[in-house]
Amino acid sequence: MAKSRVKKYRGGHVIPGFGLTLGITIAMLSLLILIPLASVLGNAFRQSPAAFFKTITQPNVIHSFETSILCSFIAAVINCVFGLILAWVLVKYEFPGKRILDGLIELPFCLPTAVAGITLSKMYSTTGELGGPLSKLGIKVSYTHIGLTIALVFIGIPFVVRAIQPVLEKMDKQYEEAAYILGASKTKTFFKVILSEIKPAMLTGFGLAFARGIGEYGSVIYISGNSEKERTQVVSYVIMQKLNYLDYESATAIALVLLIISFLLLFFINVVQIRQSRRTNNV
Amino acid sequence: MTQKKFLHTAKAKKIGAAIMIAALTLGTTGCGSQSASAEGNGAIKITNVSYDPTRELYEAYNKAFVEYYKDEKGIDVEVVQSHGGSGGQARSVVEGAEADVVTLALEHDITLIEEAGLIEEGWLSEFDRDSSPYTSTIVFLVRKGNEKNINDWDDLTKEGVDIINPDPKSSGGACWNFLAAWHYADLKFNGDEEKIKDFVKAIYDNVTVMDSGARGATTTFVENGQGDVLIAWENEAIATVKEYPDEYEIISPSISILAQPSVAIVDENAKKDGVEDVARDYLEYLYTDSAQRIIGENGYRPSTESILNEFSDKFDLSMDLATISDFGGWNAAYDKFFVDGGIFDEIHGA
Repeated sequence: MAKSRVKKYRGGHVIPGFGLTLGITIAMLSLLILIPLASVLGNAFRQSPAAFFKTITQPNVIHSFETSILCSFIAAVINCVFGLILAWVLVKYEFPGKRILDGLIELPFCLPTAVAGITLSKMYSTTGELGGPLSKLGIKVSYTHIGLTIALVFIGIPFVVRAIQPVLEKMDKQYEEAAYILGASKTKTFFKVILSEIKPAMLTGFGLAFARGIGEYGSVIYISGNSEKERTQVVSYVIMQKLNYLDYESATAIALVLLIISFLLLFFINVVQIRQSRRTNNV
Repeated sequence: MTQKKFLHTAKAKKIGAAIMIAALTLGTTGCGSQSASAEGNGAIKITNVSYDPTRELYEAYNKAFVEYYKDEKGIDVEVVQSHGGSGGQARSVVEGAEADVVTLALEHDITLIEEAGLIEEGWLSEFDRDSSPYTSTIVFLVRKGNEKNINDWDDLTKEGVDIINPDPKSSGGACWNFLAAWHYADLKFNGDEEKIKDFVKAIYDNVTVMDSGARGATTTFVENGQGDVLIAWENEAIATVKEYPDEYEIISPSISILAQPSVAIVDENAKKDGVEDVARDYLEYLYTDSAQRIIGENGYRPSTESILNEFSDKFDLSMDLATISDFGGWNAAYDKFFVDGGIFDEIHGA
């Protein structure tokens, strides 16, 4: 009796069949991700390697990569700091309106990015509600790198918060207590105990926000001003420039480089994470 | 218990699958019956893929055309409109978007569709005046009072004038702004290319926000309050002034460019849908006097001379307008100015 129950338990997954589920997984992955990405690859290599390198080494293309990467990096760093604080507040404290605040975090995910972009550019332009006072202080936000970064902070914040939140929730309070008993200062506890515990999650959030920022189009396009002179063109804008003239080869060539950068980034973060978890598991 | 539960979920799953299959079949047959009605006794549906600022124009025009067609031929027609950036719209048609006729901003955009094999060669001479039933030009939109005293292209080169102007590298429509400025400088400096470049560079140096398209530039100028002057299509400028008569005014420069938006039947699609005749009648009707008046009322210059003159209070007819053939045709202009490393990059590169 007991034996048969054990058997049943082992075979009785809620989702049936390894073959079936793997089949569906591969089919979905192929249809939605692998085949489209392969076509990007194919299109990019339709031109000669010389033309490919000429396309991706043009000054405006290189500038756009610099702009995208730099602004996304800064935005991701800002998101890590504020994302941690936000997650901390949401997990550790009880206050009225907490649920609403919690829900608001996800707004950047569901709001069409163009809506966010237009709204931000209006608010932060020199005549806007927020940009007006700032411009009096000599800070121009819309149509500069600052504005661009703000848009990227906006779209990236949920990644960091949602990555850190569950880890903070699960974190045993005993760690903090132990640190306290062992005489660690508050700062030391934070940096040596809490931060090292949430570092992998934070890194995931950072990577996702960073990678998303590099490829972002809708929200940055209205606030960046798209000036080659001011170097506020982002990579996705340059890709759209090419697409608007049906220059698929150049567009896919640039897209391919973008893809490789994002891939390397996520790969690197995964490697760091695996190392980290190995270390913590071995302790 | 567990088995029963499992059975339950399996059953539920089967039912769910059945519903989904049913929905799918219903959906497809639904579509099928719709296309059947196009050929049957219902309304004939044609799709007009156009660009952004023609929304209001075609709303009015479609109404007139549907009425005319019902009266004249006794046939019900339904016109489906699609609007977006001209280049993007052309791209979507190339990629398979449903379009029986295209009415786009640039001859070049329609050429792209022709090159994809969807439009037959010779479309440019299929309708009158190079298949261009209405035209427009590039003008300046300034804030009421014209504080910076902008009257012609020279004033745009002055220091301290903030210009909003879309990016020609991103939008075909924005190329006209550049070409208009170039043409003015060309006449001013008698073709001395170095001087022309300096002049146009001075204008583009004053551009503070370069949006990806004409609509975006209008938003930046009107909604976000940026800049002193917007270099805009006349029809967009007229629409803006109509909406905010106390806030903006139009300045017509002495010299500009004649933009000729083109129309064409997307032969392949129209044949497939069996609506070739209606599509042809739809575009031909644009040239009738009543349609030309609708065009004038919506801020486009009618191509029929006599009707254009009826609107002489609306359009500055004394402007000296160059055409794209003065630049050797669109492709030549594109290769000279807007390709990577072309003149535009030279004067506006970092």
